[in-house]
Parts: sequence; structure tokens; C-alpha cells
Amino acid sequence: MPDTPFDSKQKPVWCPGCGDYGIMAALKQAFASLGLKPHRIVIVSGIGCGSKLPDYLSAYGYMSIHGRPLAVATGVKLANPELTVVVVDGDGDAYGIGGNHMIHTARRNMDITHIVQNNQVYALTKGQFSPTTEKGRRTSTSPFGVIEEPVMPLALALAAGATFVARGAAFDPRYTAGLMAEAISHPGYALLDVLQPCVSFNKINTYEWYRQRVYKVEDRSQDRSQGRSQGRLADDSLGDRKPDGDQRANSHDSGDFHAAMKLAREWGDRIPLGVIYRRTEEPYHSSLPGLARGPLPARPLDDIGADGFARLLDGYA
Amino acid sequence: MHTTPRTPGTAHTSRTPRTPHIPRTLHASQASHVSPADLHASPSHVTAFDDSASFECGTCPPVRRFDVSLSIGGDAGQGVESAGAIACRALMRAGYFAFGMADYRSRIRGGTNFYQVRASDAPVLCHGDPVHVIATLTRDAALTQLGNLARGGALICDESVDLGLDPRPDIGVLSVPIVSIAENAGSKASMNMAALGAAMGVIGFSIDALCAAIEQRFARKAESVVRANVQVAREAHEYVSGRLNEGFPFSLPPVPSASPSPSRILLSGNEAFCLGAAAGGCRFIAAYPMTPATTILEWMAAHAADLGIVAVHAEDEIAAACMAVGAGLTGARAMTSTSGGGLCLMTEACGMAGMTEVPLVIVDVQRGGPSTGLPTRTEQSDLLLAFHPSHGDFPHIVLAPGTVQQCFEAGYRAFNLADRYQCPVIVLLDSYVGGSLVTLGRSCLSWNAVERDRGEYLGGYETAPGTREISTANVDAIADTASTSTADTTGGGYLRYALTETGISPRVGFGHAGGVHAPSTDEHEEDAHITEESGVRVGMMRKRMRKMETALANHMRGPAMYGDAVVNGDVDVTLLVWGSTLPAACEAVALLAADGICANVMHYTDVWPVSDMEAPLTLRAMREPRQTVTMRVPQTATTPEPQIPMDDATGAGNVGAPGAGGMLVAVEQNYTGQMSLIHRMITGRAPDLAVLKYDGRQISPREIADGVREGLHRSRKEGAPDA
Repeated sequence: MPDTPFDSKQKPVWCPGCGDYGIMAALKQAFASLGLKPHRIVIVSGIGCGSKLPDYLSAYGYMSIHGRPLAVATGVKLANPELTVVVVDGDGDAYGIGGNHMIHTARRNMDITHIVQNNQVYALTKGQFSPTTEKGRRTSTSPFGVIEEPVMPLALALAAGATFVARGAAFDPRYTAGLMAEAISHPGYALLDVLQPCVSFNKINTYEWYRQRVYKVEDRSQDRSQGRSQGRLADDSLGDRKPDGDQRANSHDSGDFHAAMKLAREWGDRIPLGVIYRRTEEPYHSSLPGLARGPLPARPLDDIGADGFARLLDGYA
Repeated sequence: MHTTPRTPGTAHTSRTPRTPHIPRTLHASQASHVSPADLHASPSHVTAFDDSASFECGTCPPVRRFDVSLSIGGDAGQGVESAGAIACRALMRAGYFAFGMADYRSRIRGGTNFYQVRASDAPVLCHGDPVHVIATLTRDAALTQLGNLARGGALICDESVDLGLDPRPDIGVLSVPIVSIAENAGSKASMNMAALGAAMGVIGFSIDALCAAIEQRFARKAESVVRANVQVAREAHEYVSGRLNEGFPFSLPPVPSASPSPSRILLSGNEAFCLGAAAGGCRFIAAYPMTPATTILEWMAAHAADLGIVAVHAEDEIAAACMAVGAGLTGARAMTSTSGGGLCLMTEACGMAGMTEVPLVIVDVQRGGPSTGLPTRTEQSDLLLAFHPSHGDFPHIVLAPGTVQQCFEAGYRAFNLADRYQCPVIVLLDSYVGGSLVTLGRSCLSWNAVERDRGEYLGGYETAPGTREISTANVDAIADTASTSTADTTGGGYLRYALTETGISPRVGFGHAGGVHAPSTDEHEEDAHITEESGVRVGMMRKRMRKMETALANHMRGPAMYGDAVVNGDVDVTLLVWGSTLPAACEAVALLAADGICANVMHYTDVWPVSDMEAPLTLRAMREPRQTVTMRVPQTATTPEPQIPMDDATGAGNVGAPGAGGMLVAVEQNYTGQMSLIHRMITGRAPDLAVLKYDGRQISPREIADGVREGLHRSRKEGAPDA
């Protein structure tokens, strides 16, 4: 993929063949396609292999603590909504320990893009099962097989009120870059679950396993002129949306919640990729009276003024 | 027990008073870096009790002409707190100094709540003990509070209440038709106004001034409601005024000026903190409701529009703290507020802020613990948690303001410290100082005194005028790489964690064009990239912790000393206190002086970092104790003269006898003696005596004095007295 202003000489510690290479490449392309500048972007990550991503590209970033990047990102966005805020974390970070924050960030329609590196395993800690691991899988913390049903992240997001829900794949970075650009442009919370293999610790959900199952939905209700995009898609060839197989069968109205929920629960032999659901709503920060005077860091600390302070004291007289 | 005011320090005439000696160690480390504002706000020299500079702020208890306390009690839901708050406001506007303390339960209806009001001609910063008038709406409230009533005091209750056998022969019981007065006005819900009117009538407070305060409080209600409440108060007031025996000993003399004093305000520590924070530039708060901190979030939310504050009620405390860190990354001044249980949840975020060097202000309004504990009651038991609020070693600061005026100052000072030292700053309040109402001169919360210092902050998204820029070379490098893509664009050379002599690295806010970088909670290099190299790790750990030495040398305050007593040599007792027990300790000094015990007060407002060099000379002169006698103040006050249970001291030996240097007596509201532990750890000096109260109620001057007297008595009995 072509070079971008976000490239860095920092060498990732990821294993050769890790899906995170593809995810990072896609993200950089998405940023470039939207004409964004490195110093206007903040990437907040959690803990995990994939959460080291901010260390490897050039933009503001913050590698926070396990499960909490959405909360940190919320603080960044609400203090300065003019920054583009993206959260990147793994399936354990996002859907396990971070699940509560995902629910609330979604229902607030916080203008954050949430990219989840979903490899269905805890890789950095060496191979325990994750919230998305299939039932029955044997791992070091499930020696007799996982006895839990896995999370359905897209369905969870839909139920929580997310206004943009999509799934991509690390092994198709060009396609996924297009989805990322749409997610970033979306005014509000956008979940992009990105399927990826873990070459070291997940011997089941491999590239081949995915390739046999994924198919791309064609979003027939896509309306590119709507919404408060922070930039338009610079190159329409990004995101190769030629549907696989029967076009009619893979056609989907992303404005139809119930159809979206059906797709969101589809897993196993057929795994849909693409924009499952989208709807335009006011993002959370647009209703905050505290932001009427502009981003918080740009305001002088004493802008209450002596008179304003005196009026505050009057209330206690 | 009528308080006889005495000039402190005059009781013991056997010693020749000497000029107070200012301990040199307190000044040595601060001499070059203390700003005039710091000195004025909390002097680290001995503050005499007649120091007029502190009079209006109430830091030093002056001589009083009168000192009257009343209490209104009833079930939760009967408007006890409302009545008490009205009384305080009425007193303040009439020219008195009023102090109001709520005692309430963790429930919405039922159970006994009461509100205590203290009035005087001079600043009052703590509640009165005992009270002189009790007005109750229920029999339970009457029985519960009987033990708090002074000899010769008055108990007011509804005429239908049967107290059984004469409960105490030394008080007067006034039966007032509270219920029927309220019902006649068509409003049984305004019984609280009857209790209020009767209580204020007994102490001789003007009914007109009281009604004005009632009208102000209920201004937003329907006119008929206001009229009914006023009528009820007026009738009850007239009822008792007509029936009062002459010479009720506890009454308010009229103040010289009948018109409301425009220069005074009535507010709580939580409110004062909010005012200080807002004045200091705090514009972001994320928090989760938790008693007794909820009012901080509510204050900020109420002012979101007029002050331009982003106030977020988060899904939990973890999110709240993390949101505040996120906001801080952009350069905004951000905080969160909670109580002990919430601070527990925030410990990981604390470490995150400490490791990544992001300013974060956390207010912990302490309450009874552990766990859910006593949600509506007070305690000082989070000190050890705040002392080390996360795993690993990392820099952080802990403040513990003790008065409402100190809460105001902590409001802006916390953000200055957080910005300067780029670390978490925990501000410990408690239910008592956070929620009690205090009358202050307006000048105690002065806009002109507010400092706003951002330390080494280089600006952020829109670099504000006057802030420093990163070198132009760096900015050009970034501008170039925006168009070419093969150059290394990792930060363009900006070192977010540059190793410096002070440990402080110049900081950009996210969005700054020349400062792209990505902090990590992993160990990292100067340019923020993750590393595990041991040499780098050691350098970075030292850099972070070095900030604390810089803070100690420049901005942290040693304990402040209060008292008329000579510091060096003639003191019998030094009361070691921190946070909200300061005013009661200062008043206890006068009580002890009346018994010939010469005491002063050593008060910590900065509890971390503290220097081992900060201990005043007076401590070094004290003899090493051989044992520590722990007094645990009685947990329930059901009799007028409560007995203090004594813990059996282990071992024999001499406790430091009064004399040269005197005894160090720690007064704390927790079981463990948390400040005593820290103090001993840092200075090597353990207290000789600990007076500990942990029943959820704030210790009073009388309880402190009683505890000290008993401790001295025991030590004289057991030890061989030594000159």
C-alpha cells in the first residue's frame, strides 16, 4: 500500500503474519484518504498486542489500561471535539473487560471510531480464550473446553444503540480501509469489528478458516451525501465492494435495524463483512452547553472573570 | 455547660511568656520558593490565636462573647436539614456567625436525622458540644439527642410526646403544639418550621429575620406554601416567647447592626472547592454520584452553561477517572470527585496518570468505611489509600484542606500542582468539612488570590497566547513530513519525557502541531516509545520520582502550627491533626488551657509528599515515648458525662511526661491512626497518645480535651514523673 504521512520507522513487535499489520496499513490509508493530519488525530488503545499500534504510526496516541480506552477517548473528544478520535483495541479489551464502556459509549453516540482487532484469543498473555472464542475450544484456561457462549459483538453494539456497525477483515486491508474511512466519517459511535488471525495462538481461526466463510454485503441504502463527514472518500476505488456470489442475496439495507440484527447474529458457516447498520444522529458532544465557547484547552483559565466570580459568591450571601 | 470564654494561654501564669520561635527547619527548604500568596494562605509559622489576618477566615478561634447551639431533630423526610439551613442563613444575614452540621441517615424516609446550628459573635468552624436547645418532631429524636443537651438547656417537643419519667432533672422541657400549629396552617408538612420557630424563639432570635430567610429559601414555591410555612414558624415562635422563663441562660444578644451583613457568605467545603476549581480554570469534570461527594458533580453540572464546564455523569468511577485523564491529555484542566469506595475503583487510573505524567485531580470526600460503611457519616480513613493509590512507584500529591477557606484554596492549588508536576493530585475532604455550612467573610474566597500556573505546559490544539512554543526546527520538520512520506515522522524530535534536572518534562496538549507523540502506560523512552531496557527504565523512574523532590523543595507545605503557647520548650501537648479536625483542635487548646495544660496544634494540609525535615524543632525536643496509649473516644454519647474507655497499654514504662517539649497527641478520625503511622514512618517520631474517633461523628473540642486530659492523667499515674 502507498506511503502515508502516518508512517513511522518504529518497528512493530508483532509476529510475522499477524493481522495487525494489515489493520494498521488500512488505518493509515483511511486517514490519508480523508486528508487528515497526524496532529489532529488521537488513537487511544487498551492493552494487548494490537494495542501497541499507536507506538508504530505517527499521530497522537495513548496506550491506556486494559478495557478503558473508550473512557479515555471520551475525555479527549469532549474536551476537544475538533480532534479525530479513534479507539483501537482487541476483542478481550473491547468486549470483555471493556464491555460496559462499549455499551454506554454506544448509547451516548459519542463521536469515536472503535476499531476492534478481533482474533478470538488473548494473545499477549499467550493463548487463553477470549469473549469471542467459540464454545468448546480448549485453551490453557479452558482445558475441558470453553463452556460459555461467545459474545456477538455486532448484535451487542446494535442493542446498545450504536449508530454505525460494521465488520472488516485484516486480510483485506484495502476493503477494510474503506470501511474505516466510513466509520471515521460517521458522526457518532462507529464500531468496526475487524476479523484477524493470530498466527501464534489461534490455530483454528486462520486465514483459510475466514476465507471459507466471509462474504461482503452490499449496502444498497448507502447515502454518501448524508452525515457530517470529516472528509469525503478521496478515492472511490477504496473498499472494493463487488459482492461475492449472488448480488441479490448479499444485498442489505443498512437502515433496517431488524435486518441488521439478523446479519449481526450470523456466524459460523457464513460471516458477513461490510456495513451492517448505520443511522445519522446528533453526536453526544453537540448537546453540551459547556462546549459553546469552543474546545476547552483553547479557553483562558480565568474566563469566568472577577465579575462572574462575584456573582457566584452572591449566591451564598 | 455554659462555655466561659477565656483568653487562651493565660491560665498558666507560672511561666514567663516568650516570643514564639519560628522553627528554622520549616522555612529552610521553602525559603527560596514560597510565594507571598502561599505564606498568607497557610503560614508555616506559629499562628497566634489573636492573629487578625485569620480572624475572618476563622482559622483561629478568637474570644467569644456568646456561643449558642441548637439542634432540630426528626425523621428523614420531615425537612430537618431544610430547617437547619434556613436557621444558618437567617443567623448569617442578621450579622451572626453560624455553623451548620447535618446528621442524617442513608435512607430517604424514617430514622432520626438532626441538624445542629451554632451561633456566635465570632467565626465558628466546628459544631458546638453540648447543645443548648433541642427541638424535635418525634419522640425518638428527643430520646436520641437528650444526652447532647447542656445542663440548663431546653428540650422542645410536641405536646403529644410522652417522654416517660422525667428523663433529666437538669433541663427544661417545653411542650409546644407543633403538630396542631402546622395542621391549622393547612400544612402538616411544615412541622419543621414549627420546630425551627420554637427553637429560634427560645434563643431570642428575631422572628422577622427568620421569616425573611424562610421566604428566601422557598422563593420558588407557590405563594400559599410560603405563607403557610412563615405562619407556622411565627406561631411557634410566639408560643415559646410568651412562655419562656426569664433568664434562659443560652440566648443571642442582638448584634450592633440589624441589617444583613453584605460581606459574608454561607457555604460548605464542597461548594468552596468547586468555586476554587472553577476560578482556577477547571472546565471538565467526569464523576459518579456517591455520598458525600455528589454535590460537587451537581454544582458543576448546574454551572455547565454559565461557566462553560463540561460535566459528565459517567457510567462508573473507572470511566470517570479515565475520562478526566483523556481531557487532561488535550490540555484542559480536568477533575473527578468521589468518596472512598470510588477512589478504590480509580486506583488503576491513578497509576496510569502517574506513569504517563498526565495531570489528574481527584477529590475524595471521605466517609465512614470500610466498604459501604457509613455512607452519610464522616471519617478520615482513606489517608493510607491516598498515600499509595496504585501499584508500583509513581509520583503523586495529596492535599487535605481542613477548613472551608482551605477547600477554596485547594480548589485552584490542586490544578496548579497537577499541571506543574504532571501527576495525580488527590484532595481529601470529608463529610464534615464537605457538607457543613460555615459563615465566612467574602474576602476569604478572593478572586485576586487565585493563582493559575500551568508549569511547563507548552500549549495544545490552539496554542494560547503567551505559552511557549516548541523549537521552530521541530515544527518545520513536521510541516515537511506532512507532504513527504518517507521521513521518520515519529514526533519530529519532540521528547515528551525529556530527562531534566527537575524531573519535569515540557508537555504539549494533544493537537499541538509540533508535538505528535503517543504516551504509553508501559515503560517508555524520552520520545514515549515503549522500552524494557534497564538503563532507560532506571533513568525514567528516577526522573518521575525526582518530581516529588522538586515539589517538596518548591511547593509542598510543612505542617502549620497554631497556638499562643511558646513553641520551643513550654508546651505540654502538641495536637497532631490533619484535614477537618483543625478547628476543633484549636478550640480544644482553650479548653485545655483552662485546666492549666498548655497546648498547641500542628496541622497538616499537605500530606504527601512530606519531608522528614519538615518536623518542627519542637518535635525533636520531645522525648521518645516508651509506649503509646490509645484513647478511643466514646462511640455513643448517651450521658452528659461520657466515660472514656481505656485500652490497656501494653508494657510499662514512662510515657513522655509533660515538660520539655511535651506530648505529641495525634487526633484522628480513624481506627488505625493513619496519620500517626505516616508521621512515624517519615519523621521517626510516633505520637505519645492517640485520640481516635471512628463512630461516624465528628470529634468535638470537648472530646479532644477530654481525651487529652485522660491520656495525661494515665501517663502521670503510670510513668515516673520527670521534670
